[in-house]
Amino acid sequence: MTVPAEPVPPIHATTRRPLPTFRGTPPFPEAARTALADPQLRANLRRATTTIRDKRSRVVAEREDWEQLRLAGAAIKDEVLRDLPALLERLERAVVAAGGVVHWARDAADANAIVIEVARAHGTTEVVKVKSMTTQEIELNEALAIEGIDVWETDLAEMIVQLGHDLPSHILVPAIHRNRTEIRDIFRDEMGKVGRPAPADLTDDPKQLAEAARRHLREKFLRARVAVSGGNFAVAETGTIAVVESEGNGRMCLTLPDVLITVLGIEKLVPTWRDLEVFLQLLPRSATAERMNPYTSMWTGVTPGDGPQEFHLVLLDNGRTDVLSDQVGRQALRCIRCSACLNVCPVYERTGGRAYGSPYPGPIGAILTPQLRGIAHHPVDKQTASLPFASSLCGACFDACPVRIDIPEVLVHLRAQVVEHAARSHRIPTPEAGSMAAAGWVLQTARRLGRAERLASLGGRVVGRRGAIGRLPAPGWAGAWLRRRDLRTPARESFRAWWRRTGGRDDAR
Amino acid sequence: MRIALFITCFNDALFPDVGQAVVRVLRRLGHEVEFPAAQTCCGQMHFNSGYRDACIPLVDGFTAAFAGYDAIVTPSPSCAAMVRHHHATLAASDAATRAHPDLQDRVAAVTPRVYELTEFLVDVLGLTDVGASFPHTVAFHRTCHSVRLLGIGDRPERLLAAVDGLTLSPVPRADQCCGFGGTFAVKNADTSIAMGDDKVADILSTGAEVLTAADTSCLMHIGGLLSRSGSPMRVMHLAEILAGPGPEARR
Ligand code: SF4
Repeated sequence: MTVPAEPVPPIHATTRRPLPTFRGTPPFPEAARTALADPQLRANLRRATTTIRDKRSRVVAEREDWEQLRLAGAAIKDEVLRDLPALLERLERAVVAAGGVVHWARDAADANAIVIEVARAHGTTEVVKVKSMTTQEIELNEALAIEGIDVWETDLAEMIVQLGHDLPSHILVPAIHRNRTEIRDIFRDEMGKVGRPAPADLTDDPKQLAEAARRHLREKFLRARVAVSGGNFAVAETGTIAVVESEGNGRMCLTLPDVLITVLGIEKLVPTWRDLEVFLQLLPRSATAERMNPYTSMWTGVTPGDGPQEFHLVLLDNGRTDVLSDQVGRQALRCIRCSACLNVCPVYERTGGRAYGSPYPGPIGAILTPQLRGIAHHPVDKQTASLPFASSLCGACFDACPVRIDIPEVLVHLRAQVVEHAARSHRIPTPEAGSMAAAGWVLQTARRLGRAERLASLGGRVVGRRGAIGRLPAPGWAGAWLRRRDLRTPARESFRAWWRRTGGRDDAR
Repeated sequence: MRIALFITCFNDALFPDVGQAVVRVLRRLGHEVEFPAAQTCCGQMHFNSGYRDACIPLVDGFTAAFAGYDAIVTPSPSCAAMVRHHHATLAASDAATRAHPDLQDRVAAVTPRVYELTEFLVDVLGLTDVGASFPHTVAFHRTCHSVRLLGIGDRPERLLAAVDGLTLSPVPRADQCCGFGGTFAVKNADTSIAMGDDKVADILSTGAEVLTAADTSCLMHIGGLLSRSGSPMRVMHLAEILAGPGPEARR
């Protein structure tokens, strides 16, 4: 996932507005500050994440075999990653045998070019789109806009984001940062500019909002000749693609147009139909806290006289084989994009998704984005390098993940890669590396540590009062701590000094 | 049973009272505690910040300092978790270079003997009542590493429930991280503080007089926010409560 410079922002053909972009997002601490300062956003996020968290724990607790399911899910995905080349070829053979066309895309540019070519071949100026993370990763909408092709997002939340000239902030509920009133305003102001307008007396009643969306989208479904989708799973043995959703809008895109193009990350495979059973149990409970999702669409190539008569499958690498080569990091490729890790993440709850500067937010974004951008192989930009540090390592994500991705383990692993790149590219150590080296030296022997403790204690007594350091303008980490938190001064007598003096006997001191 | 106290570098320098409390509790229960003077640090800060190489000498030092003890007891769940989950992998990564001979064997010998304080009291000594009394309302913060990494479960609550006169006041949203997170607290200070503010509000909503936890690092963060806001709530490590006036103070 390379991020080339983009001189002219892509323009939406109908609205003539530039498409919003994650490019230029500042490093996480700074991007987070903007989000933290927005009380409406914080309230929306807190309400939404708390509700889904509670629901998820309830439906997960219903299953006594949840842990076995997680283990099975992780094992199947590991098997896929081990046998990926053979399974991909098997998938290709099956899709071709069923009348589909398979394309191989090394990167985003390849994949976008393939989609553009197919769309052009049908002379279309618009496509309808099923909600898909992969096409966001490759910035397909932007690439199509440059070619003058409009993309209509048909997932309700994606449509809210698109109509609001906004960026997604959640994998599953990309408009999670919006409340009902904001959505009503967006519908009222924007729908008319791109199609059927919302009723003038629209309220923020969910039923009314859904009805307005339904009517607005219906027009687009009936008109569109080309649809683009991602896929949740691809069954290698039969060539079947599966899309799992709640609204049925995906089903409309997958059945009405003449041509269907599916862009699929190469890690999305499962070997056999039987394996799907595991994931169709894990995914809905983890994602929407439902026992079963309302719509599961599956198709195998083309079926004469039924549904799209031309099917293209674009198999996308875009950094995935690099991720695969990292023994610790590769577990991120097990991800089934359920967003459970986002919903339970205390950092995500405060900052929202856009602070992560990529369509993949939250804990999974913090480990996936840097890897797709090649962190294992070369130094990355500051924003990317800040992502593995955007976590308190509380571990809630690992507990929630249906395929047992040890996200804290990968975060720490990627932090080490950031540190190694910095060490290699700076001849003089960074201030942080310097202090870490100094601390490492002090901690190597008890004598050095004892001496440092005596010094620190003296220093603490100079700046502190009654055992605490309060508001104090200080540089760097000390300043960051003291801005809102008092700091305990080092003790007058360290534990080791006390022990040496008393042999551990002087309880009263 | 030869018991060693692993005080941790953090408590050694900042919270020596916690170490003294551990000694007092164990001694009151009839156990002698030794303090191996060569001990320094488990390497957690370096490890979690990405400075893996700096950890290996610390792992080496740790195994040397604590060799030969039956139990190594520490009042820090997150340091106990660091030892239990990462010392072996770090030693394995060092094996190829042979910089520290036999490190893997030494780690394998020492690691299983490392216990967090509440694990040691409940699992090894088989106790929940340590004979303390503490007539106050207490809010207990479940630190993430103690619950998720170490899996100490409700051991601290069971120990607290058995303290004479103590009333536990449950904290809402108890499974939420306080936002400390080691260097996260300074590298992402704004987010850390936002998390801490919410935690402080939940803790204050209990109306408790005292806040306690099994780890001082989180308490330093929450306590720093409380102290800056002028709150009268007292912050104590669990060991300090368990070391509270002994049986003689009991009615
Ligand atoms: S990392 Fe796990 S919890 Fe997060 S989205 Fe992927 S599968 Fe879901």
